[in-house]
Amino acid sequence: MANMRTPLSRVRGLGSAKEGTDHFWRQRVTALANVPLILFFIVMVIGLQGASHAEFVSVMGSPLAAILMLLVIISGTIHMRLGMQVIIEDYIHNELTKILALLGNTFFAIIIAAASIYAILKMSFGG
Amino acid sequence: MATSAPGANRPLSPHLQVYRMLFTMLMSIVHRITGAALYFGTLLMVIWLLAAASGPDAYNAVTDLYGSFLGRLVLFGFTWALMHHMLGGIRHFIWDTGRGLDKVGRNFLARATLIGSVSLTLLLWIIGYAVR
Repeated sequence: MANMRTPLSRVRGLGSAKEGTDHFWRQRVTALANVPLILFFIVMVIGLQGASHAEFVSVMGSPLAAILMLLVIISGTIHMRLGMQVIIEDYIHNELTKILALLGNTFFAIIIAAASIYAILKMSFGG
Repeated sequence: MATSAPGANRPLSPHLQVYRMLFTMLMSIVHRITGAALYFGTLLMVIWLLAAASGPDAYNAVTDLYGSFLGRLVLFGFTWALMHHMLGGIRHFIWDTGRGLDKVGRNFLARATLIGSVSLTLLLWIIGYAVR
């Protein structure tokens, strides 16, 4: 079969969805980042068990913990949005339902990120 | 001209139910399920952080809830899902390099994922109770 793709299209390598390997690559980058970040998160949760509210806020509001938590939140929510997108695309075939589910997925991930970031910043800046 | 509507009665590629369950297949399914569980599990993190940000009363209410027997059970499951999904992801990184795709390799990696996730979860909880 003759190749119907233009040389430019082949060089760009973006495919029919115009995204190329973007989804795959972001998924892997955030996956790699998540390994140390989640280990940090777990160690911190273990360390914070039984902490009073004042202790919790002073730990979570300290620069190192706050910055790492922001990274956990950002990397985690990007990764989970990509993963849920694949699940939706695999199992939901009705076009309208699929688009609504994909929108809901994006909104959920962003709401989780925004609410978590707000909480961390509030504790950091002593609001 | 074709008389059938697009997508109607077309032959479909075989799906899960026609295959004998293999261990590697089970670990693949569990990877997806743990991912989806962690997705909704982030709600627990948000509630925890927002409660702490809003004040001692909300913080104490949430830590009491999370510290209850049922709360601990859910957090134990959360820990396992995190560990399993993390090790499953590392397995995918190994596969990305082209290694461990043969029968021996993939079965070893599938077993290592499960044994590793259960061991790490127990270890973390033992540490958690020890430092309390």
